[in-house]
Amino acid sequence: MATYKFRVNGNPATVDSWDPEQPLLYVLRNSLGLHGAKFGCGLGQCGACTVLVDGKAVRSCLTPVKQVAGRAVTTLEGLGTPEKPDVVQAAFIAEQASQCGYCTNGMIMTAKALLAQTPHPTLEQVKTGMAGNLCRCGTHTRILNAVMRVAKA
Amino acid sequence: MRNQILLSRRDLLKSGGALIVGFTLGLPSRTPAQQAPAPAVSGGRGNAAPPPPEVDSFIVIKADGSVTLLTSHVDIGTGIAAAYCQIAAEELGIPIERFTITEGDTAITPDHGGTGGSSGIPRGGADIRFAAATARQALLELGAKQLNRPASELTITGGEVRPANGGQGVSVASLIGGKRFSMKVSASAPLKTPSTYTVVGKPVLRTEVPGKCTGKHVYLQDFTLPGMLHARVIRPPSFGAKLLSVDDSSIRAIPDVRVVRIESFLGIVAKDEWAAIRAAREIKTTWSESQGLPGSDGFERVMRTAPAQPDLQVVNRGDAAAALPSGAKQLSATYYWPFQSHASLGPSCSVVDYKESGITTIWSSTQGAFGQRATLSRVFGIPQAKLRVIYMDGSGSYGTNGANDADADALLLSRAVGAPVRVQWTRQDELAWDPKGPAQLLDMRGGVDANGNIVAWDVHMWLPSGPGGDRALLGPDSAGMAQNHGQGAGLMTLNADPPYTAPNVRVIAHNLKDTPLRLSNLRAPGKIANVFAAEGFADEMAAAAGMDAVAFRRRGLTDPRAIAVLDRAAQMIGWQTRSAPNPRAAQGNALIGRGIAYMRYKQNENYVACAMEVAVDRRTGRIAVRRVTCAHDCGLIINPDGLRNQVEGNIMQTLSRTLHEEVKFDRSKVTTVDWDSYPLLRFPEAPAIEVALIDHPDQPPYGAGEAAAAPVPAALANAIFDATGVRLRTVPFRPEELRTALSKA
Repeated sequence: MATYKFRVNGNPATVDSWDPEQPLLYVLRNSLGLHGAKFGCGLGQCGACTVLVDGKAVRSCLTPVKQVAGRAVTTLEGLGTPEKPDVVQAAFIAEQASQCGYCTNGMIMTAKALLAQTPHPTLEQVKTGMAGNLCRCGTHTRILNAVMRVAKA
Repeated sequence: MRNQILLSRRDLLKSGGALIVGFTLGLPSRTPAQQAPAPAVSGGRGNAAPPPPEVDSFIVIKADGSVTLLTSHVDIGTGIAAAYCQIAAEELGIPIERFTITEGDTAITPDHGGTGGSSGIPRGGADIRFAAATARQALLELGAKQLNRPASELTITGGEVRPANGGQGVSVASLIGGKRFSMKVSASAPLKTPSTYTVVGKPVLRTEVPGKCTGKHVYLQDFTLPGMLHARVIRPPSFGAKLLSVDDSSIRAIPDVRVVRIESFLGIVAKDEWAAIRAAREIKTTWSESQGLPGSDGFERVMRTAPAQPDLQVVNRGDAAAALPSGAKQLSATYYWPFQSHASLGPSCSVVDYKESGITTIWSSTQGAFGQRATLSRVFGIPQAKLRVIYMDGSGSYGTNGANDADADALLLSRAVGAPVRVQWTRQDELAWDPKGPAQLLDMRGGVDANGNIVAWDVHMWLPSGPGGDRALLGPDSAGMAQNHGQGAGLMTLNADPPYTAPNVRVIAHNLKDTPLRLSNLRAPGKIANVFAAEGFADEMAAAAGMDAVAFRRRGLTDPRAIAVLDRAAQMIGWQTRSAPNPRAAQGNALIGRGIAYMRYKQNENYVACAMEVAVDRRTGRIAVRRVTCAHDCGLIINPDGLRNQVEGNIMQTLSRTLHEEVKFDRSKVTTVDWDSYPLLRFPEAPAIEVALIDHPDQPPYGAGEAAAAPVPAALANAIFDATGVRLRTVPFRPEELRTALSKA
């Protein structure tokens, strides 16, 4: 059983994994109790499992735990809380940009990385930037409104 | 507002000190013998048990003045929980902030139907409203005694019973907090008049959204129990294949894994989820071959000749067959809708804690907790009193996805290993094995006279079908357990008749005796295909008559509410009166057009018109939906923001279904099992959507979970016809088909 050290939401984390190929998603959810990132496909096709690694949006379902050793991981929980949401979370709440909400993690984390790179994207840039994230409920309009609310701020 | 904590009925009332007897943790709140006949509050759903008569089964007021609503309808992301709180807050005069809601727990909530068929507001909401109205009368009587004033002079506002003309009041909490109402819901309890509403009709934020946006909302997929084991189920490589052998040694290197085999049911149970996943992927198995499916290519031809049940005459007025030749223009066309998946973004999940003696608990994302308990009881031979099904939010389901099957998987495995088990389906499991929305084939024949009147309308539809009764659960089927094999998919034959004046109309349904894929209800079941055909065909009639599409429809409508939505959707898109196709469609390589569709859902519920503007790339056939407008009338609006979210979602999801989605299968299995082979609409394709909600506070409220989906496919086909002159009658709309047709033009 190997041990991996990295930072999660600003705090040091040490986890054991019997398999260095174990995807980060299961380490976050089962070892660290962080359920923000969701299992959607395990194939990197839907974006529900998105987290930030050193500020970049990655698919935690395809990222082996060994690859994040020494890195800084940010999950949805690391952005803010219901009482004190981060600016992107606050925009999603204000727009009620969620139905079932299963994709919401990936939407917010992808938007977070997008806005960090391009603080004031156009609507077309946001659509392109979010193209890898699926929403089945069809909440696209509100998700776009939420991201544009931050983009225009 | 939504209660995510496990509660007992006792807990609900405990906070104020007064303990209510009669409800105990873990036991069903009522036995059948205790169930008195229901009042005429509302019709329950289908064969659901009649609504329980007690106010206390719906409403609990605690000593601190907070209120818990109890309901068997569940909020699968639709916002129904917020709407229920609005409805109850309005009737009770208690601020909405004090409300929480507990959904779908067979031990503590009443059984007044599950979620489905857009019944949440018209049926479930009506039950809540009458319970609250009855409670209000009780509170006024209690207040009258306390205040020494006649009840007729009192009102309830801000959670206080007080004289209507001012003066000292008394809090609801002090009158009933922590105590039972102990009275039956009265169907004659006076209801507040909608013109006085202050809560219903105002936008209310859904209180679970902050949790969903911060990772705090606990989904079923996130739920854990002490000692819980993780499991995966290995489904057969082809439908009906039998498990011949399992080589346990193939996964010996993976730690702490157990293999559970019950006939052809094969599961992996492990302490570590990743170990369960690896073992499920790597275990070596051999299966019998199975080649029993007809294949999806050419399935529409199979449908025409497959054995069918006796013809079902859905509509028959006048004499459609005789009137056909009298049309100045006679038309015929065939429309096809494919099998589709619920395609939930999160694969199904279930947690079950089986107890040999005691109560077995099933944490489930089922849309009908009571129905699921009854099914599991029958299939597993466990008395209902020893099963507790508790709903938890999963990924949106839009009907019956794999959730009910996952429950059966987890129950099989928890029983086998004697520990709580969490089953998580894979992406491939969900797309391959969720019961499917049926394919549908419609032959349309019609005649239209020189003035654009429909003189004849004749429809034959073919539908994969099967017996009624419980849907078979996958795990028990593999495990060789006896069960029903019902194939209900939900009111599939409605809305194939035109919503316009037409003297001679016939709709005949050919329900097939069998289906290649297991069926279930999928959002707007049947109506989505029927309106696609009916409103596409109406558009063909308008074009044949050389008439403007809005003018043609308007001419056949008399109901002012129908005309209002049609006009509004057209006005919002900037409709200009002319016939189709668009004589000035070309803009560079793009061909521009607009289309419209109207329907009244189930012919007696919501009025919806949808218009859209599209651009088709003439070189590639690529379809870009630029704008969508929708006018939606569902009677009284409860929560306009929640409603708008549902309408927008219906439109976007249905664009996805129309543009991209088809479940394909070969002779042995479903082959569209990931998001590449079963693609969904992605952000770059998302059009601007404008929604006009038309409120009728004096009219009963209809549900809005499905209706706005139904006109979308035809509106899109009609817009494409306007842009290109090509009529698409097969879903999904493939660019290749358009490109080929355009190259021939």
